[in-house]
This record gives sequence, C-alpha cells and structure tokens, in this order.
Amino acid sequence: MITIITLGTNLGAKKRDDGRAFDELRPLKIEAGVLERADGSAYLEFGGNKVLVAVYGPRESHIRRFQRPDRAYIKCRYNMAPFSVDDRKRPGPDRRSIEISKITAEALQPAIILEKFPRSVIDIYIEVLEAEGGTRCAGITAASVALADAGVPMKDMVVACAAGKVNDEVVLDLSEAEDKDGQADVPVAILPRSGEITLLQSDGNLTPDEFEKALDLAVKGCMEISDIQKEALKNRYGE
Amino acid sequence: MNVIPEITRKSITNLINNMERADGRALDEYREISVETGVISKAEGSARVKIGNTQILVGTKPQIGTPFEDTPNVGVLMTNSELLPMAAPNFEPGPPDERSVELARVADRCVRESEMVDLEKLCIIEGKKVWMVFIDLHILDYDGNLFDAAVLGIVAALLDTKIPQATVEDDEIIINREIMEPLPIRDKALMNTFVKIGDQIVLDPNLEEEEILSARLSIGITASGKICAMQKGGDDPFTKEEIMKAVKIAEGKTKDLMKYLENPTTP
Repeated sequence: MITIITLGTNLGAKKRDDGRAFDELRPLKIEAGVLERADGSAYLEFGGNKVLVAVYGPRESHIRRFQRPDRAYIKCRYNMAPFSVDDRKRPGPDRRSIEISKITAEALQPAIILEKFPRSVIDIYIEVLEAEGGTRCAGITAASVALADAGVPMKDMVVACAAGKVNDEVVLDLSEAEDKDGQADVPVAILPRSGEITLLQSDGNLTPDEFEKALDLAVKGCMEISDIQKEALKNRYGE
Repeated sequence: MNVIPEITRKSITNLINNMERADGRALDEYREISVETGVISKAEGSARVKIGNTQILVGTKPQIGTPFEDTPNVGVLMTNSELLPMAAPNFEPGPPDERSVELARVADRCVRESEMVDLEKLCIIEGKKVWMVFIDLHILDYDGNLFDAAVLGIVAALLDTKIPQATVEDDEIIINREIMEPLPIRDKALMNTFVKIGDQIVLDPNLEEEEILSARLSIGITASGKICAMQKGGDDPFTKEEIMKAVKIAEGKTKDLMKYLENPTTP
C-alpha cells in the first residue's frame, strides 16, 4: 500500500499564508566577510530581507565625551536604503531607526569583551537593502557575524528572532504581511550559550500564557539561527 | 583624508612614470568589472556594480509628482547618493557631504544630458502630473573611482526599471501595477575617469591612486558617440593635450564598457 503524505499533514495545524508551519523560519542565508574596506562584514538574506553589516574597530573614539576610561563603547547605526521598501524612504535617520540603533547596540553589548579596549569605539553599520518584516532581528544576527569577522573578542554570538500572534495563533518569525495584519510581534535576542535575553520588545496584545509561548518559540528560533551563524563563519574561515 | 606615506606615493608615481601600475594593469586598463541587475525586488529597478573592490548598489523608485513649471510636459530624474560610513573608515554618518553631492550631481548630469531616458514620455497630465524617477546610490565599499561605478550602476538600473502603466480617465490617474512597462530608453551613456599622477594620466584609479592624484578628469560619452558630461577635479591643472588624449581613450573604453550592460547577471 502506498501512503501519500502531503506537506504539513503531520503537523495537524493550520498553515500560514506563505505555507510555513507555525514554528517554521523563513529561508536564511548568511555570508561572512563580504566587504573589502570594513574590518568585519556580513551579508544576510532572511525571507525577503537583505541586510548588510559592516564593523569598524575597536578604533580610537573621535568623540571625547563618549570615551570610557576603562572600556570601549559601541555605536550602532541602523539605516534603511531608500529603495528597500515599497514607498521610497527618505534618506537619513528617522525616529524608528534611531530607536532600533539604540536597542541593537544594547542587545549586542553583553557579548562583547569591552574591557579590553579602553577609550575605543566599535562602530556597527547596519544597512537594510531590502525589508520584508523582521529587519531589526536580521540586523542583530548579521551584526554578530560581522563582529566575529572583525575579530572582536566575544563571550558568545548574540542571535535574534521574533515570534508573534497572527489569527489568534502564536507563530515564529512574522513576515511583513503577518506583521501588518498580526495581533502582536515580540522580537527577542539571546546569548545562546546561557539562554539569557539581551533584547525584548513587544508590540500588540498577548495574554501572559501567549507571551510565554511566544518567548519560548522565539528562543527556539534563535537557537536554529545560531547554528547558521556559526556555519557562516566556518565557511569563511574553515573548521 | 587618509595620510599616505611618502614612500608609497613615490613608489606608485615612479611605477606610473615607467608606464606601470602597482596592481599590474596598463595605464588605460579597468579593474575587473561586474554588473548584476534585479537584485532588489522592492525597487522597480536595481543594479549592483563592482569595479575592483569598489561596490555600489543602485535602486530606482518611480513616484507620481508635479513637473517643474518651466518644463510642464517632462518627467523628472532625481539622483541622490549616500557615501555610507560602512564603505570606508573615514566616511562619516550624516547628511551628504560635498563629495557625495558632487558624485550625485556629476552622475546625474551624465545620465540626464545623454538624453538616455525620453522624459517627455514620462508625462502623465501636462503641467500637473509626471513620473519622477528617484535614483538612489548606496555606496557599500569604497576602493576608488566612484564616478564610473555610479554611472554604470545608474544606467544598468534604469535599463532594468519597469514602471506601472498609468492612464488618465476623467482627470483621474489610474495606476495599473499588473502592467509594468520598461522606461522609454533612447541612448546609453557611461563615464570614464582619469587621474594625473607623475607625468602620466591613468584610467580607473584605485584607492591609493586616488589618494595621491594631482588632478582628475571624468568624461561621459554616449553610445551614439557624444560627450555628455565632464568634470575636472583635483588641485593641479591639465594641459589641453592631456585632456584630448583622455577623450580619445574614453571613446574607445566606453564601447568596451557598454558590453557589461548587454548581459548583466541576475540573481
């Protein structure tokens, strides 16, 4: 007897608009060391997102008042290309990108051994070349790879992923369409070795149970992405 | 500006005076070039261009806008460039500086004056509504000669650009995104940049050559053979002979470069 198993029948769950299971990530590709001038760089494609990250430093900080006598500080700039979205985005920082720059620096900071570089700065430049939902997480994930590519000493590689609620269902990694129609979006970044959380935002309505489910799902997604981050570095530098 | 050690300056200059270059190229030879189009699905046209390690991403976005009062039946091309701080350690974030503005304006003039795009065909309602095509240059990696890479990227992106069909019914514009049409293209233009180092002029300066140049000349030439734009830069003057020699080389090199527009790779 031949049993034909169609995709998804074993999940017993409703499919999402793009055909993914509730706990399935979009296709992800990461490449390390793609730019010549930058000290470290990474290129990431995540669903329809395309993100390029460059790292400069640790280098001397030109802005004296930001210098810390005992450690380096991190300066992050998240920027969207004017052609990355459906309606052209005016160049330059807006309130959204300034906030994302700030929380990205804070998400990455706990992993970096800043004490080694007093009075220095580590510049992280995140360029969103094409956006399709979840760019801040994509930026953080790619930034970790670029930091490693730059040889910045780190305790762990921070990784980020979002979960959320769409059609009363808690799902992993919201696409742009799901984010627009969805009920909640919870981006999370973790230190994968300890499981500690370095970024947490939530936008929308969730019951405490749903929140816990979303958080667990996001952490599970992060662990999957973490393997692909390490793979990218192995591809660049060998085992 | 980076500080270039005197020994580097001398060695590059001595080589060029002996008709040689540090990377082994001839004085009138480009580095390796690659052109990819259709790289950004959300942009109506896009191209990624590499000349050596210099890398530029260009995206186009058409929008409906009001024409300029003196040209009521003509569409608009707007070129903007960002020298991203990721592209070089000395590029700063913030509003475009004079280098970025010069790059965008020179590239814009080259493309506009070549009359490559038939802008009158971008008019929807005379005096009221025309297509405005925004061209955004994203400089990702800077290893010299942004001018030539920018123009090559813009032209490749414009050739890749599709705009939605716009029709007028009872003074109302109906945009049909189901029918995407290519831009009305009449010609093509490309730019060749030369720099003066020592007693010679060399084509396609890399970063080190750009940092020690005494003068720079960029020449835009159309496929039909017209000179459509020029820009001289740098602290020192050129002689007329040097300029005419550069024009002659540029005529031949433009033909070679046009080949990269014929079969761009797509992802």
